[in-house]
Amino acid sequence: MGLLDFLKKIEPDKKKSPVLHTLFDAVYTFAYSPDTVTKDGVHVRDGMDLKRTMIHVVIAMQFCYLFGTYNIGHQHFVALGEHLGILEGFHLKLAYGLIKLLPIFIVSNVIGLGIEIYFAAKKGHSVEEGFLVSGALIPLIMPPDIPMWILIISVAFAVIIGKEAFGGTGMNIWNIALLARVFVFFAYPTTISGDEVWVSGFEKIAEGYSPEYGWAHNLFNSLFGWLDLSSFNASSTIVDGFTGATPLSLATNGGWEAVTQVYTESQMWWGAIPGSIGETSKPLIIIGALILLATGIASWRIMLSMLIGAIVMAMLLNAWGATPFMTVPWYYQFYMGSFFFAMAFMATDPVTASSTNAGKWIYGFLIGFIGMIVRVMNPAYPEGWMLAILFLNTFAPLIDHYVLEANMKKRLQSG
Amino acid sequence: MLQIALLIIGIVVFIAVLTSLADNLIQIEAKKSGIDTVNTNMSIWPSIGSMFKPVTPNFTSSTNYHKLRKGHNIKLTGEATGDVQSSTVSRYSVRPQNFRGNAPIPKMLVEVGDEVKSGQPLFYDKLSPEIKYVAPVSGEVIEIRRGAKRSIIDVIILADKVQTYMIAQTPDLSNVSKEDLVAYLQSTGAWSMLVQRPFGLVADPSITPRDIFISAFDTAPLAPDSRLILDGRNEDLQAGINVLSKLTNGKVYISGNKDLSKYLSSLENADVHYFDGPHPAGNVGIQIHHIKPIKGSDIVWTIGLADVLTLGNLATTGKYEPKRVVSVGGKVKNPKYVETLQGANIGELLSEQIEEDNLRIIAGDILSGKAVHMDDFLNASDDQITVIKEGNYNEPFGWLLPLKPRPSVSKTFPNFLFPSLSFDVDSNTHGEERAFVVTGQYEKMLPMDIYPQHLMKSIMTGDIERMEGLGINELLEEDIALAEFACTSKQPLQSILRDGLDMLKEQL
Repeated sequence: MGLLDFLKKIEPDKKKSPVLHTLFDAVYTFAYSPDTVTKDGVHVRDGMDLKRTMIHVVIAMQFCYLFGTYNIGHQHFVALGEHLGILEGFHLKLAYGLIKLLPIFIVSNVIGLGIEIYFAAKKGHSVEEGFLVSGALIPLIMPPDIPMWILIISVAFAVIIGKEAFGGTGMNIWNIALLARVFVFFAYPTTISGDEVWVSGFEKIAEGYSPEYGWAHNLFNSLFGWLDLSSFNASSTIVDGFTGATPLSLATNGGWEAVTQVYTESQMWWGAIPGSIGETSKPLIIIGALILLATGIASWRIMLSMLIGAIVMAMLLNAWGATPFMTVPWYYQFYMGSFFFAMAFMATDPVTASSTNAGKWIYGFLIGFIGMIVRVMNPAYPEGWMLAILFLNTFAPLIDHYVLEANMKKRLQSG
Repeated sequence: MLQIALLIIGIVVFIAVLTSLADNLIQIEAKKSGIDTVNTNMSIWPSIGSMFKPVTPNFTSSTNYHKLRKGHNIKLTGEATGDVQSSTVSRYSVRPQNFRGNAPIPKMLVEVGDEVKSGQPLFYDKLSPEIKYVAPVSGEVIEIRRGAKRSIIDVIILADKVQTYMIAQTPDLSNVSKEDLVAYLQSTGAWSMLVQRPFGLVADPSITPRDIFISAFDTAPLAPDSRLILDGRNEDLQAGINVLSKLTNGKVYISGNKDLSKYLSSLENADVHYFDGPHPAGNVGIQIHHIKPIKGSDIVWTIGLADVLTLGNLATTGKYEPKRVVSVGGKVKNPKYVETLQGANIGELLSEQIEEDNLRIIAGDILSGKAVHMDDFLNASDDQITVIKEGNYNEPFGWLLPLKPRPSVSKTFPNFLFPSLSFDVDSNTHGEERAFVVTGQYEKMLPMDIYPQHLMKSIMTGDIERMEGLGINELLEEDIALAEFACTSKQPLQSILRDGLDMLKEQL
């Protein structure tokens, strides 16, 4: 009870310093569930609240975080031709990934939460928990080498224009994490496209370039040296033939044969390939999706219909077969890119998806259907889920509208 | 090869044409001989739906048996057990605010100090002066308690040790006219028992309702078992239904669960339906939706089970005696059933039952009951008192690692693995009010073809046409109460619904 009394004593005044009060309230309700009681309605409330819902989504993502951190390091060392086995140099890869990921995570959360606290203080209510999930998703969908200033601007854009301008948590039309990503995509396209951004730590992916290590790496080096383990070597160079191309960019030009020349199927499935930080390891994402389904937090209808839509479109494209990308067999389409991540965490966001059960089937199916079209036929960028989901987010209210119209017509028919 | 294939196809097509022709001929014959082809399957082929339907119990037909899947049973500790004990309550009250649609200040017919008999009119509403509200007991009027703006909250009577009754002449149901019957019910105080849907108002005597519905069982947490209410009162039940059947051109529907088949299956003048499912299967609103939904400008009346028994007793003996079997449960020393009368004093029912402080006393169930204090009285339709702890405490990381078991519909709690677990609840909100985020949650708690979240949003934006289109006419607060319990964003759904119903009522 000592901490509780201390917190109650230092509570800043709501009128005199609203921003500090909102920040205090956020920390206070994070540490202690509030002592409000029910009035004028049900007398007992369910034990589930929004914080608990959001934290389960974050928990489901943790496997992707762990693997993603490791994979940043793994791709870096594969480029250098060192520690090529998946388990070699474990300490180095983890340390490298952490040094890359932690600043991205901290910056995106601090900027996002800071903006939310400011707006909540201005409106006079407490910070709502929507950003717990968005702040955890944004690092996972960015390329590892993203410059901090671009990250800051994109998070600010997503939160201010995408969320606060519409009214805060529960009112946004578009998925916030995807808005941040799409901002980088359109405003700084060279940072996101091409083959060079998906492997981190090099100025340019070409033979002979050395990695760039900073003070943090030297810090770890002293630790590793003391423990008698291998350390970061600033004089290693990129090996001949390494291009850092992702499976999708290879498939665009040469179909499935080009992909299998560089990566094996099991590499692609388990995730030891370049890509956005959290999207590569399919089994871990599927575990996360199963956690969300088992706890009833994500909608199985959206996930299933998205899968069906993507399979249908991939089969149709196989039948057409006009470009090399279209000839990739439909079941191999899922080994590449971020389909499962988009399905598990992005499409199922309840605020931006359709809210009627019938609408969810249509919504998910169209995301799968259109996303596959964008991936295969988009000349500029070989991935389509971000654009498909944002497109369907715009149309989700329309889908709901027609479902509700049907319900209303049925009710008013024999009246 | 080709000839054989064509031959086989030809034979298959011929058989298909023959059988479909035969099927159509059978259907035509069935219609001609008067068999109801809508409800019974008269074709050669079995219908796919009937193969996968749940097994109907043998005391009812499949059209009168409804299996509901949506909803949730909240099991609480402190469930009443044992036989029904007689009560020693001395004070009773009639509460004008229990009857919706009336003015806050009724016209009084008695004053403090008057002696009244059981069944004697106490007050009436000036807009419908024929409907009399009568005393549940005989005794002395000791207090007329007023609330805000001089509205009358309670008319309190101290009961005599020996009860005296105003005996009203019992109507001869075989040749009484509807107008005389209506007048009889209005003057004896029985009319106030009829509730009109939509809006939940006191029934309008100038309207003939489409049907009358009775729910014979209550699935709310800690509600009394209907078998205790119905034991030994079969004649009263039949007599009450006989009276009700004269008030409508449609039918009287009574719904029970499978435990009640022996009380209900032999009733006349009523259509008996059986419901099997979690709460709110016992709510009359849900039952109406599944039996014959309210559409367009339909008006139906509903009446509580105990009120039907009171009505039956009145029609056969002329005595107005509104008996109630009340379950006293929750955080009390000795959860039990008490037989008392309508409007009993809370404190006397809870005498020597309360041992702690910081408790909340609820007249009714935890979902749609009202918080009361010891000097309050049971509302007209209440048949339970629930006592729970107040939840004004902070829990460290209560949302992440809840230490105390609490009821929840979410699978993030291990509750669903232990379906027989009962909970010691409190009134903590377990979170703060937020905007609507989670979708599909309310639909799982409401077994009706209604989109509750969109209905709530249309009420909040004041869109009357949309409200009607989305089905607000079929709902009262008790139907949406379970969805409010489950709501992750802690929204006040019952209050929003009441605002919507008031908005709609003003338009008419």
